[in-house]
Amino acid sequence: MLTDERRPAPAQPEPPVEAGARRRRRPWSTVVVFLSPALVLFALLVLTPIAIAAYGSFFEWNGFGVPTAFVGLENFHRLLVDEIFVGDLRRALLLVVLSLCIQLPVSLALAMLLNQPLRGRRVYRMLFFAPYVLSEVVTAVLFTMIFSPNQGLANHITRLIGLGDLGATWLAEPDTVMYSLFLVISWKYFGFHTILYLAGRQGIPQELHDAAAIDGAGPWQAFRNITLPLLGPTIRISVFLSILGTIQLFDMIWVLTGGPIRSSETLAVTMFQEGFKRSHVGYASAISMAIFLISLTFGLLYQRFVLRRDLEGAITTIGDRR
Amino acid sequence: MSTTVTEQSPRNRRHLVRGGVLHAVSIVVGATVLVPIAFGILGGFKDNGQLFANPFGLPKPWVPGNYLDALGSSAFWRQATNSLAVAIASTILVILVGAMAAYIFARYAFPGREVLFMVFAIGLMFPFAVAILPLFVLLREMNLLDNPLGVVLPQAAFGLPITIVILRSFFRGIPAEVEESAVLDGCGPFRFFWRILLPMSRPALGTVSVLAVVGSWNNYLLPLIVFNDAQWWTLPLGVQQFQSQYSADTARILAYVTLAMLPSLVCYAFAERQLISGLTSGIGKD
Repeated sequence: MLTDERRPAPAQPEPPVEAGARRRRRPWSTVVVFLSPALVLFALLVLTPIAIAAYGSFFEWNGFGVPTAFVGLENFHRLLVDEIFVGDLRRALLLVVLSLCIQLPVSLALAMLLNQPLRGRRVYRMLFFAPYVLSEVVTAVLFTMIFSPNQGLANHITRLIGLGDLGATWLAEPDTVMYSLFLVISWKYFGFHTILYLAGRQGIPQELHDAAAIDGAGPWQAFRNITLPLLGPTIRISVFLSILGTIQLFDMIWVLTGGPIRSSETLAVTMFQEGFKRSHVGYASAISMAIFLISLTFGLLYQRFVLRRDLEGAITTIGDRR
Repeated sequence: MSTTVTEQSPRNRRHLVRGGVLHAVSIVVGATVLVPIAFGILGGFKDNGQLFANPFGLPKPWVPGNYLDALGSSAFWRQATNSLAVAIASTILVILVGAMAAYIFARYAFPGREVLFMVFAIGLMFPFAVAILPLFVLLREMNLLDNPLGVVLPQAAFGLPITIVILRSFFRGIPAEVEESAVLDGCGPFRFFWRILLPMSRPALGTVSVLAVVGSWNNYLLPLIVFNDAQWWTLPLGVQQFQSQYSADTARILAYVTLAMLPSLVCYAFAERQLISGLTSGIGKD
């Protein structure tokens, strides 16, 4: 597809003009000059690394020089029997399920709340969204302190409500660490989804709700039969972003639980451990490819089958629809 | 739903109760957000003994030492400067390069345009994590480790998809007549782009800039692998390093974390609208 650009500009006849005489000349040189910086940057630093990962995943390779020890699908085969990798998938699934069943419904409810004529709702909205602007690292360090056994806040809270020293072990116990993580993730991201839903809700014409009220619909009926269906596109995008974000989770976990507790690793953390800490670059490339294929497959299937009806909007705008 | 005038007063009472419940819920949620942040801010003013004995209340007495130490250290200011410089450079680069491409995608018809655009749009689904390992290998080959460009260039590259997608749809909203009359007046594509299109697109440029700045300011994974030398560290790296260095001194860490999150919160207070419109672009308008 790049061949279009490589043709020498003067030799190229003018492209067929769709809009007839109204369109002015569109010389190829302009296209090339304006487009090539983005293409070069994107090809060199986004596409090439992914190609290297794809290639490297078929080798046993320590990351230095050109990979030579071709092992075929061995790395991928290893993945399937690697307890930690399979555990990564299970943990990602757990986080996705928790997000879809708890975090997003709560965000939706809060968006409905913020849509009410409530004094000070601007302040509430601003407050709910604030954690989103903090970096994951800052959030993680803050919550490490909160979960710290002695001076932490979590412990004091659990003691206050009669749960003893439960808070101290939240991040240390393999059984609870994922739930603590989910808590922190929700704390940081619920406001983002609330804002999405609120924007979606405010895009629904008020006449529909007025008409429903005149016809005698109660608030729940109006929500169930008007708000929810019309919020469909927004909800589908929010679910999409939530799942994609979970698949790629790294910073939060690396800082929050880090090192020895492999019971909280995610795909990206395992990849980082193998690639950067153990120099198993070939194997880590295979994990990268797994993340890539999972994201891409999920993304494309989701776009194809779920977002199909509402391909309007920045996040999903693919192709020309004008 | 009762709407007759005679029922005004019970309705009012119901409204009051409803409002009260809604406020109560909002306040509880707001407190959930606020308490960890306040714990950080106030905790920085306590010493470790106070943190242990009195985690909730105000510091008694206020101990500014931890903040003063952090503010007095060259490391903190260096990291803040590095973060800022990297964020500004990445943003300018991604906006310039992205806007140029978006202009072509919005205004020029040529075979292969939609396929090319799709390559960028699918890039929205490429996580940093996938590319980080080969990116490291590549940057090492290009001698860009321990070099700010090693962070700026990949950040700009990964920021291109969202920038192009948002700007293209904005550029399309600008009537073709604007460009036609400019061209009739003898304006070439470069002048049009630089003098007319970009100034007209300020709201959209604001939106994508805020996204780029926030993304860069908060990025951790890329600086982590590129910057080995502490002189290049950005704030997220510094915070994490500070935490492992003083792991026993909770109050000191809280002060450092607070200082690191303050710029984000202040910027958020000022650029809330751009940030939110950037994140919700395409939602709610039909």
